[in-house]
Amino acid sequence: MRRSRFPFIVTMAVLFFFYLPIIILIVNSFNASRFESGWQGFSLMWYKRLFHEPEIWRAARNSLLIAAAATAVSLVIGTTAAIALHRFARSRLQRFHFGLVYTPLVVPEILMGISLLMLFVTAGVELGLFTIFLAHVTFCISFVAMTVLARLQDFDESIVEAAQDLGAGWWATTRRVLLPMLLPGLIAGGLLAFTLSIDDFVITFFVAGPGSTTLPIRVYSMIKYGSPPLINALSTILLVLTFTAVAASQRLSRSRH
Amino acid sequence: MSEFLEFRNVSKRFGAIQAVDGVSLGIKKGEFFSLLGPSGCGKTTMLRLAAGFEYPDTGQVILDGADITDLSPNKRKVNTIFQSYALFPHLNVWENIAFGLRVAKRSKRDIETEVEAMLRLIRMGDQAGKKPDQLSGGQKQRVAIARALINKPQVLLLDEPLAALDLKLRQRMLIELDMIHDQVGITFLYVTHDQGEAMSLSDRIAVMDSGRIEQVGSPAEIYETPRTSFVAAFIGDTNFLEGEVTGLVESEYCQVKIADIPGVICFNDKSMKPGNPVYLSIRPEKIHISRDRPEESRLRNIVPAVVEDMIYLGSTTKYWVRTHGLRVQVLRQHFRFFLDEKPIRWNDDVWIWWHGDDGFMLDRYRAVDEHLVALPPRKVGEPEDNNEKP
Ligand SMILES: Nc1ncnc2c1ncn2[C@@H]1O[C@H](COP(=O)(O)OP(=O)(O)O)[C@@H](O)[C@H]1O
Ligand SMILES: [Mg+2]
Repeated sequence: MRRSRFPFIVTMAVLFFFYLPIIILIVNSFNASRFESGWQGFSLMWYKRLFHEPEIWRAARNSLLIAAAATAVSLVIGTTAAIALHRFARSRLQRFHFGLVYTPLVVPEILMGISLLMLFVTAGVELGLFTIFLAHVTFCISFVAMTVLARLQDFDESIVEAAQDLGAGWWATTRRVLLPMLLPGLIAGGLLAFTLSIDDFVITFFVAGPGSTTLPIRVYSMIKYGSPPLINALSTILLVLTFTAVAASQRLSRSRH
Repeated sequence: MSEFLEFRNVSKRFGAIQAVDGVSLGIKKGEFFSLLGPSGCGKTTMLRLAAGFEYPDTGQVILDGADITDLSPNKRKVNTIFQSYALFPHLNVWENIAFGLRVAKRSKRDIETEVEAMLRLIRMGDQAGKKPDQLSGGQKQRVAIARALINKPQVLLLDEPLAALDLKLRQRMLIELDMIHDQVGITFLYVTHDQGEAMSLSDRIAVMDSGRIEQVGSPAEIYETPRTSFVAAFIGDTNFLEGEVTGLVESEYCQVKIADIPGVICFNDKSMKPGNPVYLSIRPEKIHISRDRPEESRLRNIVPAVVEDMIYLGSTTKYWVRTHGLRVQVLRQHFRFFLDEKPIRWNDDVWIWWHGDDGFMLDRYRAVDEHLVALPPRKVGEPEDNNEKP
């Protein structure tokens, strides 16, 4: 029997739609032309220019700072939440808790952005890096909690009891058993949180204040005031970083204990 | 000898389920003690109460004279072999075994010598670097045992440790467990629903049902003189014959009327009085069967019967005979070569007989246990399906 060509065609079509724009973007970032009007030869000039834009550097620094802080804080809170969700999975409170943690994953970003903005304004918090950080922590917690929870559900409950049984107190159990076993989940969750924070636009757009521009917002304003090749170069760098982080995160969450 | 591990009037309830119901139980030092009972009767809960993973609603747990009820699991000198082994998947065999000593902050040299000794005990010296998921079921089991024993617990708790193994391995581990118990001399509290395991390993057995202890005794005591009908039905096969005490014989024995068989003689260890309703329980292997009428003798009950079913089992044959409207199971051991005699066949008229000491009387069955009479439990090694025909 001849093998059907259908799967091949579908795969190609999907790849085409997904990646064609990205490929064009990457190729153009190496294009010597100022306007996207055809290939003018290979060049790294846009990357060089990029390194001489202080605005971009400041935005990148802001983004990294926020991402690092949001990742750290959401890792701690998200992991704690996951442990509570797991250990008391059957209690009514924890089922409610699960709903709360899960919701941010499905709520439209724009809604979260608006509601956070209202909250900050009502509470009189000055918009800036700090509010962006808080907003990012809010949605990162959910992703960390879900990743760690998946890891927790994967391992045998009695392992923690076995550690206690063998004389380990709370701290020894955490350090010698819980953390080593959760580590891949923690790294995966952390990478995910980091990537989400680095390239979040919608929510950040709402809660950012003057002087707290992050990289995605910078990109947006650059498009508005036109310098597409520069954006192409910046986007390519971001793309490579994001792709690496996500790939690493997936590998880790798939790897068995 | 005084009790080493003791449950004093311990109860534990989960929601609507009374998992352990006022249990008082003493286990002696060095003993191999089994908790035996059907699934869900509260055995695991008893172990978890001893280990400290559950806190009793009432009562105390005493270890070596000290009340440990309020002590957390990591402070108790007892260790558990979990049914799922619960090995640490991120540590190799060596590190798994060393865990307890490392937590106790023992010196590196001590840890090394003791882990090596344990590896020798479980004969796994060459597997020390393997991770748990590279081990077979039996090997995991042995690592779990070593990991627990290295802490020199006062009591080792084992929760159905052989249940996950296949039959062959189970029998090998059975021997190994017995050996390990002899070598280390630690008190073992062993939980199982398999009477074969309990019978072959234990110094004493406690039979549990619905959170209560039905009887405590040596394997022979429990098999030969079950105190309740639950124990009689749960341990081995037995015939339950419903009857009524009609008279006493020489103070030690009494006469029981069963169906329309008058004057069945039975040992009267429970001081039954005429008029008491009883169950007479006779184990199938205690009943003799033959085509010829046996000689009358003192305390011998002889009844005519008809063979309804039979199953040849190699070393034994199982017969189901009908007598006075009762269906009775008889197990016959083949001592002599089969062809010597005229074999018993279906529908043959036969005689069955048993000695008055070989039956025992039990109070009438509790209604909730009725299903047990119809469904005798499985013996170790026997196939799962019931060999009684419908
Ligand atoms: N943590 C728990 N929550 C609710 N019910 C439980 C819990 N642990 C045990 N039970 C119930 O208590 C009874 C006894 O359980 P268990 O001690 O595990 O029995 P066994 O080990 O003899 O099979 C069962 O009916 C079981 O469902
Ligand atoms: Mg159990």
